[in-house]
Amino acid sequence: MCDTCGCNQPPDAVTYRKPGGHDHPHRHGDLEHAHPHEHPHDHGHPHDHDHQHDHDHPHDHDHGGARRLAVEQDILRRNDLTAERNRGWFEGRGVLALNLVSSPGSGKTSLLERTIRDLRDEIPLAVIEGDQQTLNDAERIAAAGAPVLQINTGFGCHLDADMVRRALAELEVPAGGVLLIENVGNLVCPALFDLGEHAKVVIISVTEGDDKPQKYPAMFAAASLCVINKTDLLPHVDFDVEACKDAARRVNPALAFVELSATRGEGLDGWYRWLRGRRAAAAR
Amino acid sequence: MHEMTLVAGILEIAGERAREAGAARINTVTVEIGRLAGVELSALAFCFETARLGTLAAGAELAVRELPGRGRCPACGAETEIDFYAALCPACGGCLEVVGGRELRVASIDVD
Repeated sequence: MCDTCGCNQPPDAVTYRKPGGHDHPHRHGDLEHAHPHEHPHDHGHPHDHDHQHDHDHPHDHDHGGARRLAVEQDILRRNDLTAERNRGWFEGRGVLALNLVSSPGSGKTSLLERTIRDLRDEIPLAVIEGDQQTLNDAERIAAAGAPVLQINTGFGCHLDADMVRRALAELEVPAGGVLLIENVGNLVCPALFDLGEHAKVVIISVTEGDDKPQKYPAMFAAASLCVINKTDLLPHVDFDVEACKDAARRVNPALAFVELSATRGEGLDGWYRWLRGRRAAAAR
Repeated sequence: MHEMTLVAGILEIAGERAREAGAARINTVTVEIGRLAGVELSALAFCFETARLGTLAAGAELAVRELPGRGRCPACGAETEIDFYAALCPACGGCLEVVGGRELRVASIDVD
């Protein structure tokens, strides 16, 4: 599987940068060299090789003819295996990892900036930023005071587990802290790609339609928490909070909700309470 | 447009299996896609047409077996077929939990 999708771009089209950092070809060199020990894992297919040996028999018998071979493999197996490795990485360090997903413009970065400013003395935070282009979001996060790595996916529409694995080699994620992964703004594709996170947080702003959960059910079904952002704008827009929640609950009855305004600060307590609770659970 | 990523995964899995078995070429790749997996089948077919070139599956057909969505009612235990996420239990009106329909699997390949 390629790192990205929809574009046939070469793997090195995906870049990993820090604000004020070096040029990315250099970083790619670092990444390659930083993981000589990864290769034994990649080559660790003694199990597969056994199968290959077993299958030599039918091969001999059916030689030359048309035949059907059973496969029964998950298409996303490589992503899912890497996601499990990431999960182990987080578990070993007691890190809570959250995957923040939404459409573009819902206020993900503003929520992160505010969270970092409010919690940085209490909880060690680190951020992975996913965007197709630019270092803009990483610069905002760095200015707010958290270590950050920007992944630019080129034309890719989502982050995948391998991108996060590479980012973890570059980013200092403090043990016992919280890693906030801001996915590419897209309510469709990121739902399918497990990054190894503990939970997906879906963010919807009141300037969007309150029927988003019905229109993009897979994302709301995959999330643990739904943040309804920009509540300060409610008097000016036609957004029914309860209708939105009802629609989301029909897709995912276990979904929790927090209503807040990241820019005005209303309702942030609920978000921080949820974050602290999940962090305590991840540290156990 | 994550369908290209899925197609790359399909071709990788199919190619590995075919090489393991010493096959000369792949004629058909049969995949199972759940109706709730969020896959646009026309986009999948379109991507497959292009991505297969230069692989053992260069002339292969992509056969898609669609698997139905299945929901179970947590209240009354009834199971029913569904084609979208927010379905209600026909027996008691409760919200169904999705228990099937998210599958993304290469089932088999036909080779020479």
